[in-house]
Amino acid sequence: IATFLGRKLQPRPQNEVEETLKRIQGQKGVQGIIIVNAEGIPIKTTLDNSSTVQYAGLIHQLVMKARSTVRDIDPQNDLTFLRVRSKKNEIMIAPDKDYFLIVIQNPSD
Amino acid sequence: GRPQHSKMYCHPNDILPLTLTSATQELFGCRCDEDVTGDNPYKILRKEDIVQDMRMRAAVSDFSPMKQLVLDYPEDELLLVYDRDFIYGSSFYLVLTADAKERHLKPVVALGVEVALEREPSEVFATQKTSEPQPWISLGSEQEIEEESVTDSRPRYRISRVRREFGAPIFFSDRNAMETKDGFIECTPYQDKNFSLKQMERHTGVQTIPNLKSSSTQTQWTYPRSMCTQYEPREFSEEKKENCLQSEKLKNFVNSVASRFEMAIQQNEIMDVFFDDWKALSEEDSGYGRKADPHLKEYQSFTDLHFSKEKTISNINWHPTINGVIAVAVTERLSFEDRINGSTKLLLNPSLILFWSFSDPINPQLLLECPDDVFSFEFCPSDPNIIVGGCMNGQVVLWDISTHVEQLQGTRTNKRENETPVVRYCAVSGIENGHKAPITDIQWLPGTFEVSRMGVPMENKNGICVQIVTCAPDCCVMFWDIRAPRVLQTMADQRKQKVEEKPLENPHGVPNTFKHLDLTWKPLIRLQLVLSTTFCPQDGELVYTDWKLEKDNDSGRLFSAKPSHRFIIHDGQVNTVRRSPFFKDIILTVGGWTFAIWKEGVTNGPIIQSSCSQKKCTVGYWSQSRPAVLFIGKEDGNIDVWDLLEKTHEPSQTQNITATQITCIKPWIVSSKQHLLAVSDHLGTLHILEIPWTLRSPSSNEKLSMSKYFEKEVDRLVYFEKRREMRAKEKKDYEAEELRKKTVRYSI
Repeated sequence: IATFLGRKLQPRPQNEVEETLKRIQGQKGVQGIIIVNAEGIPIKTTLDNSSTVQYAGLIHQLVMKARSTVRDIDPQNDLTFLRVRSKKNEIMIAPDKDYFLIVIQNPSD
Repeated sequence: GRPQHSKMYCHPNDILPLTLTSATQELFGCRCDEDVTGDNPYKILRKEDIVQDMRMRAAVSDFSPMKQLVLDYPEDELLLVYDRDFIYGSSFYLVLTADAKERHLKPVVALGVEVALEREPSEVFATQKTSEPQPWISLGSEQEIEEESVTDSRPRYRISRVRREFGAPIFFSDRNAMETKDGFIECTPYQDKNFSLKQMERHTGVQTIPNLKSSSTQTQWTYPRSMCTQYEPREFSEEKKENCLQSEKLKNFVNSVASRFEMAIQQNEIMDVFFDDWKALSEEDSGYGRKADPHLKEYQSFTDLHFSKEKTISNINWHPTINGVIAVAVTERLSFEDRINGSTKLLLNPSLILFWSFSDPINPQLLLECPDDVFSFEFCPSDPNIIVGGCMNGQVVLWDISTHVEQLQGTRTNKRENETPVVRYCAVSGIENGHKAPITDIQWLPGTFEVSRMGVPMENKNGICVQIVTCAPDCCVMFWDIRAPRVLQTMADQRKQKVEEKPLENPHGVPNTFKHLDLTWKPLIRLQLVLSTTFCPQDGELVYTDWKLEKDNDSGRLFSAKPSHRFIIHDGQVNTVRRSPFFKDIILTVGGWTFAIWKEGVTNGPIIQSSCSQKKCTVGYWSQSRPAVLFIGKEDGNIDVWDLLEKTHEPSQTQNITATQITCIKPWIVSSKQHLLAVSDHLGTLHILEIPWTLRSPSSNEKLSMSKYFEKEVDRLVYFEKRREMRAKEKKDYEAEELRKKTVRYSI
């Protein structure tokens, strides 16, 4: 009979992040998730490299613009969520001080 | 004193000019231009009145300057004359002497006798008095004359000479002026002090301007250089990414943000808020309104008494670029034996491909001459002027119709009415190089693709179709390349073109070792998935003369291996194998009395198989615009239209087109409003039918529904397979059990 020494298995700190992302990814129709830092450099992605880089660059600019629009109108307001709906899919972006999270979903699948 | 010459007028001494004020004028009744006028200027004034006026007004009176003169006047009445023209400088003048007065008042009398005589002859006292000289009264005029005359103004000098020198010539001599003192008076120049003054003060204006400086420089000339910039997006290295992923900040961020996403995604999942229900609804409705006529309407039909008599049409092809032009291959309607028997006659009657144009239903536009009956021909996709055909004797033939393209397009006006141009083939393969059996199908490889000698598919960078694949019932599939060195580019003169042997490197005599081969036009070479999808063209047509049918998926190596799958489904010749234009892996095969739909990759069997129909199915084709519709041609001239979404046990509609067997069906989309179906029959007539609206416009989600249906069928197959296996296993177990029981029984 083999026993394991009482060794606690520390959960890896990034598990939480990964789990959340997996949960989102598992929803119906989700095509990809990208985490981008404040400068527009992708940190984590489920798409291929060229698409990731393209999305990161373009969406970063869009979010900056949207955020500045919201804050210009009311300086005490801030952008919390941005959804871009197109014919083929929907891009959802949640901005933060340091990061963005971008999710692409195809709703009519 | 002299009278002042400042006055312009000099008046005689006996009158005195004076000016009278208007008050004086009124007083004495001598108002200007009223009492006295130019015509009647004289006014007699009484001396007493004048004196009284002078007394009354003293210094103010106008007469006061001449008071004494008035008082001295001898008579009682003085004459005042109105000097209207200011001859003497004033408006009036007073006459001071009686004589002058007399003269003034009675001048007419003193003038001349003749005047007086004219007037009143009775009063003429013709006393002609000669005027006596009077003493000169100087009026001052001699002064002027004296001034004008020239007189000496200084005394004259007297010079006296000795008498003897009178009249003698005069001699002048010079004398130097400097010799004697005072010989001359010099006027020496001297510096006038007036002009050497120093100006102590001066007025000057001063203006400031910006500091100007001009300079120049020579620039260095550089020659232009090509440069380019390449950039790539910034990316993090792996460790950095890892660090980021493990940071607290990211964790917090993701946690806080995830809920928003989940809500949004679920919203999308539940309902698509942007879906336009109203619009979608309308599509269904409009179908009902127009369900008037679901039949195929005859649009046109072509037959030629001369060329297609006694013949049948083996293949139809629409011209890919020119609208309204369709080509048919006419072949002899004979069985094999008859062919052999009548071979000499056949040689005299050349085989033809006819080009019909919608504009002329009676005469074909163009004829292509073939060495032998053509069963299959195709336009080159990249250059519709090149046509390749496969003949009955196994030869591959090429035509080029670029010189006749204009005529086909109908732009040439001066075409000869009675003669249809004939184009001879410009290249043909050698008999020994070709197939040993009639070529049943021939296809162009797509322009992006080519096959090398080893059978390896490669990318064709030209984009032009250069390779052809042929297959024939001699179990051969051959690849042909039209780019060989000597081959046909000159399409100058078709008539005189001599037949070139095509040195077609027949690289790929794929000597298949399949027997009973029914080759599908599918990727014969299937190396990688990527290639296979680009490789297969949409059409695949085979006309079989084989009596056994099989389906084959082949992974072609040079000497091809055995076919991996063989199916015997149809109970007659398979005459059609076609891919669906909407689904890349769905294939229709038609043969015998049934048709079947296959899915690539599903090797158990066809996913859909139709029931046997009354008559043989001769040809089939997918609809170009509706994923669920296909057309089946029958032996009795009917066309069955199957709508797989409507019913699968029988055709949705059947329509009779012609009396004989249908040999070929080809649809064509002319425009969104006009879809045509070309149907040829065994008698050599080509019918063009128009596809009605119901059969050409897809219902919404038709493709989706079809794909779901296919999936269902695949599942069914899989299920049945499993059941079969399970049953087999059960059966085995049961038998084993039985056996065991038996042995046990016996052993006991």
